[in-house]
Amino acid sequence: MTTTIDPPERRETAADKLRQGRHAISERWHHAPRWVRWVLLVAVIAFFYALPNKEFYQYLGPIPTPGANFTQVMFTVSIYVLLAVGLNIVVGFAGLLDLGYFGFFAVGAYTVAVLTSPSSDLKTLWPWLAVVAIAIGLTMVSGVMLGTPTLRLRGDYLALVTLGFAEMIRIAAVSSEFLKGQRGFNQIPHPPGQYADGRPWFGVLDARPYYWLVLTLIILVVIGVRNLTHSRVGRAWISIREDEDAAQLMGVPTFKFKLWAFASGAAIAGLAGALFAGKQNFVNSQNFELLNSIIILAAVIFGGSGNIVGAIVGGGLVAYMIERFRGIELFGIELYEYRFLFFGLVLVVMMIFRPQGLIPNRRRAAEFKDRRKEVIVGE
Amino acid sequence: MSDTEQTPAVPAQAAAPAVETVDKREPLLEVDHVTLRFGGVVALNDVDFTLYKGEILGLIGPNGAGKTTCFNAMTGIYQPTEGQIRFLGQKISGKKRHQITRMGMARTFQNIRLFPEMTALENVQVGADAHHKTSVIAALLRLPRHWKEEREGREKAERLLEFVGISNRMHEFARNLSYGEQRRLEIARALATDPKLLCLDEPAAGFNPAEKEELLQLIRQIRDQGVTVLLIEHDMRLVMGVTDRIVVLEFGKKIAEGLPAEVRDNPKVVAAYLGVPDDAA
Repeated sequence: MTTTIDPPERRETAADKLRQGRHAISERWHHAPRWVRWVLLVAVIAFFYALPNKEFYQYLGPIPTPGANFTQVMFTVSIYVLLAVGLNIVVGFAGLLDLGYFGFFAVGAYTVAVLTSPSSDLKTLWPWLAVVAIAIGLTMVSGVMLGTPTLRLRGDYLALVTLGFAEMIRIAAVSSEFLKGQRGFNQIPHPPGQYADGRPWFGVLDARPYYWLVLTLIILVVIGVRNLTHSRVGRAWISIREDEDAAQLMGVPTFKFKLWAFASGAAIAGLAGALFAGKQNFVNSQNFELLNSIIILAAVIFGGSGNIVGAIVGGGLVAYMIERFRGIELFGIELYEYRFLFFGLVLVVMMIFRPQGLIPNRRRAAEFKDRRKEVIVGE
Repeated sequence: MSDTEQTPAVPAQAAAPAVETVDKREPLLEVDHVTLRFGGVVALNDVDFTLYKGEILGLIGPNGAGKTTCFNAMTGIYQPTEGQIRFLGQKISGKKRHQITRMGMARTFQNIRLFPEMTALENVQVGADAHHKTSVIAALLRLPRHWKEEREGREKAERLLEFVGISNRMHEFARNLSYGEQRRLEIARALATDPKLLCLDEPAAGFNPAEKEELLQLIRQIRDQGVTVLLIEHDMRLVMGVTDRIVVLEFGKKIAEGLPAEVRDNPKVVAAYLGVPDDAA
């Protein structure tokens, strides 16, 4: 680094400024009174609940997507956010490189499809709501089944095995008669509920109710994940990420907690899969390309691995950016065709200027009162 | 369990020497004729000694004598090829590492191995969690056990950081601590597991004389609170000042064992450390 002639100093200052800027924001946030934080949080959540209403988003300038139904896009975005929150447990907290996370999403979606769709060989035709819990449970079981032999492996090996897992699921979906391949499953029921006049809450045309459902579940999942990470469980995960041997020797049953990380991440993916199937009405093998696993992993790293807010922002932005390119033409070229090129460029730029992600894992003191005290003592 | 009473965390008590109350004959850790081979290399050759409750035992020897190997065998990282290691009368081999820690054996590392992206407090809390039983469900739903153990763990961690003298750095990331602070943090983290035996692997490496003196003080305080200490060190002078007994290894074999003064005057030990003069050989 020091061998280059001019950049070191200039880049240092630029990076410093950036860091200070971010630091100031996080500092302000953490030193803001509790009620201010709550008001801001509620405002942000309210914004996202209001977002898919045309009466609201038409005033948002360039934010709505020109080439796609913005409400539909927001549903996709919300699913990616949910997945990013789940994968962040595995990759960000426990430090396990899982390249096949989308496989669990597929397990969730297919469980719902097989048990509810009339095209299924089982012909069980159960209602959607009854199957969601089964989908989550089965995905967790598949996570434990994959994890039990493989979580004894470390690093690269684990990445390879999980990659293989996702491909197995995909190939099974393509070629198994039971899973219907390209033809897929149709008429998967929607979530229940109807208005007074008999119209269902969750219809075919309007994606908003689905989006609101996912958004609500994201909030619940985030509360749950936060509870876990701010406890013995989260400390165990992070200690495993930081130094697995030392963690073992400090009494952390590492295998057990790695398995829990895998199972919790899988459960969230299973939930996302079930929601996706319930909304799409149709599931076939084309929904589960390997690329999706890569996109979610990239989203987590992009947002800031090991930070829940980072994962949310990363998952949301990545899914949104990809859709935002739709319908934009530049010199007669449809930019959507090149969406992954831009995505790649953004990632490369990120890795150069901000390798720790947009909102990095700079977890702060548990209580900031203590921190102020400490500053005073330090002086 | 008497874990909580054993927590060596009240510095005020530290002044009172507790040596006379120690029953020297109660074995804590028995290294029973242990041989450890890696392929053709004999790393430990029939090493045999016993660590008694309440003492500070020094394990010394020139570089490459097998001290750390011996240490790793004791903490369950290596399985002995022959012989066995018993802790509180139970065989160590076949036990998982975290189980051994829960039985009451904790260690620090020659090259510091903290959790760098966790705060000092959280590092120690991980150690305290060794005896916690909050399940994933309990943590997820914030059941009373979570709150109780969380509070206990935090208080214990704060006490221990105070004890090792870095409580003013509590919320700093471990990687931002100075070298000396990191070494102290490792000791605090190990103590948080409520060890009956604390194994320190060259804790004074890289310390200046003043820091070494402080460390010796700390080790004595730990012993005075009822924790047996095993100290690996190749600095003879440091070991002489603090240990009750010393075991000397050379080339994987025990060449001497005894009181510091005896060991110091033992010709074999002198030879191992200084080399044998040609005319005396």
